[in-house]
Amino acid sequence: MVYHDIVIIGGGPAGMAAAVAAYDAGCIDVVILDREPHLGGILMQCIHNGFGLHKLGKELTGPEYAAVYEEAVRKRNIQVYAETTVTAVSTDKIVTAQNRNGILQIQAKAAILAMGCRERSRGALNICGSRPAGVYSAGTAQKLVNCMGYQVGKKVVILGSGDIGLIMARRMHWEGAKVEAVCEIMPYSGGLPRNIAQCLEDFDIPLYLSTTIVQIHGKKRLEGVTIAQVDDKRQPIEETKRYIPCDTLLLSVGLIPENELTRSAGIPIDPITNGAFVDENCQTKIPGIFACGNVLQVHDLVDYVSEEAERAGLGAAKFVSSGENRNHSIETKAGYGVRYVLPQTITATQEDVSLFLRVTEPFGKVKFSVSNGENILTTAKKLKATPGEMEKITVKAAFLQNITGPITVSLEAL
Amino acid sequence: MKRKLICIICPRGCSLCADMQENQVTVYGNACPKGREYAINECTNPVRTVTATVRVFNRYNTMVSVKTCVPVAKDKMMDVMKVLRETQVKAPVHIGDVILKDICGSDIVATKTVY
Repeated sequence: MVYHDIVIIGGGPAGMAAAVAAYDAGCIDVVILDREPHLGGILMQCIHNGFGLHKLGKELTGPEYAAVYEEAVRKRNIQVYAETTVTAVSTDKIVTAQNRNGILQIQAKAAILAMGCRERSRGALNICGSRPAGVYSAGTAQKLVNCMGYQVGKKVVILGSGDIGLIMARRMHWEGAKVEAVCEIMPYSGGLPRNIAQCLEDFDIPLYLSTTIVQIHGKKRLEGVTIAQVDDKRQPIEETKRYIPCDTLLLSVGLIPENELTRSAGIPIDPITNGAFVDENCQTKIPGIFACGNVLQVHDLVDYVSEEAERAGLGAAKFVSSGENRNHSIETKAGYGVRYVLPQTITATQEDVSLFLRVTEPFGKVKFSVSNGENILTTAKKLKATPGEMEKITVKAAFLQNITGPITVSLEAL
Repeated sequence: MKRKLICIICPRGCSLCADMQENQVTVYGNACPKGREYAINECTNPVRTVTATVRVFNRYNTMVSVKTCVPVAKDKMMDVMKVLRETQVKAPVHIGDVILKDICGSDIVATKTVY
């Protein structure tokens, strides 16, 4: 058994930012475990730019953003167990892992979960048809192309218009492939308008909304897909079926927080976010175990991941020095128009609390209200709100005093 | 003549309107000066930043990610890609290293360190 004060599972942007924050808060015995030979997590395959504008004031590529934190980790001499896969976490903070040296067990005083997320697969979508080569999740194709230099295909159809699908549409086009179409089952795209412009419009790649893939064709290699429009219940409309020849299908159909370890440990998980229930310091229902980054909620901007991870790192450092200190328990609830609110519990009311949320569908001008029973604690107006863009509303400490009952966040279309 | 655009400079993606009158372009909807500059460029001389990869020949199946230091003319994007396809570098490569000079008006720099 090895002993460390804080163990961080995952060395991507969340893990690195949490480590730096914990260290700077005085807890210098913090270690990062990551399964890759290097730090950086998913950023290392996100070679496009758009990272860091809020946090660092400049627009960097994924690897460049990662390098800033990697340098911060290295400067502080924070120990990294690389090529180390965690196989279990227990509620008494024993982390079991394995690497070239065999099995490793670390007894920690606090643990931070920063495992990121994985992609939803074809199996989860139940797309009919044969199982030829050429069907990839968008992230897998991204790794193969960007890190390893493979050409994954020449004639591409993409299912899912979230940012990963859009970014890969451009990437494949730049690498000489013909991108035939991006299909999106919803009547709106899940990606940033910026990406619609620079990934699809720039290259005249068609975007078919309310469209899905109903069949995959091909024996050894993908030969084509049958697409169809869907009705308002997202069911395919038979008469709209159309065949598109292609040799590559990229699936960009959802990210799932990687919480296998969390589940096995018995740490309670919110079925709406698919991440742990947490408080404003990212502490889970298990004292001393924190969660941050995509493993907690799927983020759109890495800048917010870093901020969230800093809260977790600070929280873990405080836990190590002064133990369990949660005496309040104000629940938050999602009201009309809001799909989820994080944190689900507020445990201290001396400081302002930032609430993070996503809306249920695209809205134009809205007014968000944070209320407690009949009392409105704070409001925020936005010109538009879409499910693909996380919103942040700060509630001042003064308004959190003497609250009984839950705090609800809802919206009103203006 | 009015033209609607989405600004691509930052993730905000402001909806812009560029009004082109004779030689003047007036921009509406930008939340910052970069948006105004983007809209004017789109109407007169559209440019794009290219982010791609270059093979590291002395490492197995390894690419180094690169970018154009400054945006290049939009219609030169594929020319940049053509040059990158023919380029190989030798590890170690460090973030910020200039891989190629002046390709279609921009240097190409590494955005990752490969040891």
